[in-house]
Amino acid sequence: MKSIDWARNEVLVFAVIVAFCALAAVSDPNFLSIPTLTDLMRNSIVLGIFAVGAMVVLVSGGIDVSFTAVAAFAMYATTVLLRDLAPDMPWPLAFAIATLIGAVLGSINGVLIAFCGLPTLIVTLGTLSVFRGFLLTFVGTLQISNLPPAMRDFSRWMMVRGTNSDGSFYSLPWAFAALVIIVAATWFILNRTMLGRAIYAIGGAPESARRIGIDVRKTQFFIYVFVGALAGLAGIIHASMARIANPFDLVGLELSVIAAVVLGGARLTGGVGTLTGTLLGVALIVLVRNSLIVIGIPSTWQSVAIGILILVGTGLPAWQAKRAEARET
Amino acid sequence: MISRILQSTEGRLAIITLAVFVTMSVLVPDRFLSPANLTSMAFQFPEFAILALAVAVAMLTGGIDLSVVGAANLSAVTAALFMGHFAGEGTGTGILIAAIALSLAVGLVTGLFNGVLVAIFGLPPILATLGTGLIYTGLAIAMTGGSAVMGLPPAVAWVGNGTILGIPVPLVIFAILAAALGWILKHTAFGLKTRMFGANPLAARYAAMDTDRVLLKVYALCGVLSAIAGLIVMSRANSAKADYGSSYLLLAVLIAVLGGVNPYGGYGRIIGVILAVLSMQFLSSGLNLLQVTNFAREMIWGVLLIGVMLLNLVTFRRRS
Repeated sequence: MKSIDWARNEVLVFAVIVAFCALAAVSDPNFLSIPTLTDLMRNSIVLGIFAVGAMVVLVSGGIDVSFTAVAAFAMYATTVLLRDLAPDMPWPLAFAIATLIGAVLGSINGVLIAFCGLPTLIVTLGTLSVFRGFLLTFVGTLQISNLPPAMRDFSRWMMVRGTNSDGSFYSLPWAFAALVIIVAATWFILNRTMLGRAIYAIGGAPESARRIGIDVRKTQFFIYVFVGALAGLAGIIHASMARIANPFDLVGLELSVIAAVVLGGARLTGGVGTLTGTLLGVALIVLVRNSLIVIGIPSTWQSVAIGILILVGTGLPAWQAKRAEARET
Repeated sequence: MISRILQSTEGRLAIITLAVFVTMSVLVPDRFLSPANLTSMAFQFPEFAILALAVAVAMLTGGIDLSVVGAANLSAVTAALFMGHFAGEGTGTGILIAAIALSLAVGLVTGLFNGVLVAIFGLPPILATLGTGLIYTGLAIAMTGGSAVMGLPPAVAWVGNGTILGIPVPLVIFAILAAALGWILKHTAFGLKTRMFGANPLAARYAAMDTDRVLLKVYALCGVLSAIAGLIVMSRANSAKADYGSSYLLLAVLIAVLGGVNPYGGYGRIIGVILAVLSMQFLSSGLNLLQVTNFAREMIWGVLLIGVMLLNLVTFRRRS
């Protein structure tokens, strides 16, 4: 087991990404270029932030499908607030408001799950329709394309900008830094704090976690507030980058995000999951969504491809676990 | 007597259903109780009610089937393409029967595939059916290019729009399926095994039960039920498309849970699912007549789901 462990999802996903890129490079030499890379990175920002949140929930043994609705709610409500009340608010404050709205919505999930003890899938399915229904009924259904100046300025704020040798432009917005910061912060929480250990512990064995003195309820509550806050932030970044606030956006993405996280090796049963795997999973999903056509597969086959990846990505470890179990008994 | 009714999940649900019905009858008396509204309700709910039955059966084993809508659309698209290919003159009754058989076969295959993944390969049901749901939808998209398949023979319309002795055909189909499923779950060895497996998979295996076989059968059943729902949708829309009824997945899960099926497996009754379907449909039609938007309806469904779960909390806790 000291050599490369092919049963690990991270290794598997990385190999698939390399194979995909090799195939793509063969059929289109322009594929391996800086614009492709910046596109990939740009498209990974929102999906990546979502995925980090979804991974933390999976590690704790739960599942959250409501985060896209939280994101849409926070994003649209903040934009409306800015447009009507404070058009000149600087962007950090606007982002803080969206994050706060996300955290508040997340705390509703947290109360229902941690303190009422309801099943996570059912609660978040319910809050998904409640948040979305509330947003579309009471806040609004119209797209806002004339974003407040602060959000527009944020979207124009580029980290890297340049022209390729063939004259095509490429750029990477500073929004990417948000993903980097969130990944770093989450890594710190998960691996360097007692809270992070507690999250892994309650996912691995809730009863044992309780017996060694972990406050399971508080930890669970924190997780859903954290995920809500991340979703709120991802929502406002999404609207800023798309330069439009569409209340119908984002919802429907939740299963793709969970697919990315699961591909990266997180287990639905809890206790297992890494940030590296999650980011690799996101990269693979983004590649499949954007560049399937480059390796000669029509884009109508996109969901078949993602479905097969999910089955293989989760099936291999599951089957190995099952065989190992059969060998023992 | 009253406390006994209140003690069971189904009893409470019956009261909720009745309350919704009475409230709507009082709020919009002339239109809610009109024959036109009652008939239109009877045509509307069977398609998602059958999907809810499928989800409920999977939940009994402690699993879930998220691929029901994908499987329904894939079998409907296959049937529609088949009919489009062979439809010639006449009303096409013969073609229709062949197409129905074909779509049920497709449903069976999709269900068996789910079953193999869950039982043989040991995938968690949520992920297995999430993946296959994408694959089935994706195949339907690839087969149709994403557009609707139209030009079906006239005989198709009967399945979704016809009546038998004045009763809408979809309602008849739903009633037969619900009764059969209720009987299977209660009176056959398969039904008992399904519930036993859901209550405690390990104990079921130690009791020398062939658990793989039970799971295969359960998911195959889900696939066939999905195909039937797909046929009704196809007939009512007079076309088949890869993304019809995409909101039905959430609704089907919601109904199953609302109906008192324990999402951890082991407990659930068909009568509960029927009551949940009826309360949803009453609520939905009533709100529609009150001109409440679809979005508010979605919100009310979510509130209803969480509210009922909170109500059931005590019972679920006691069981687990």
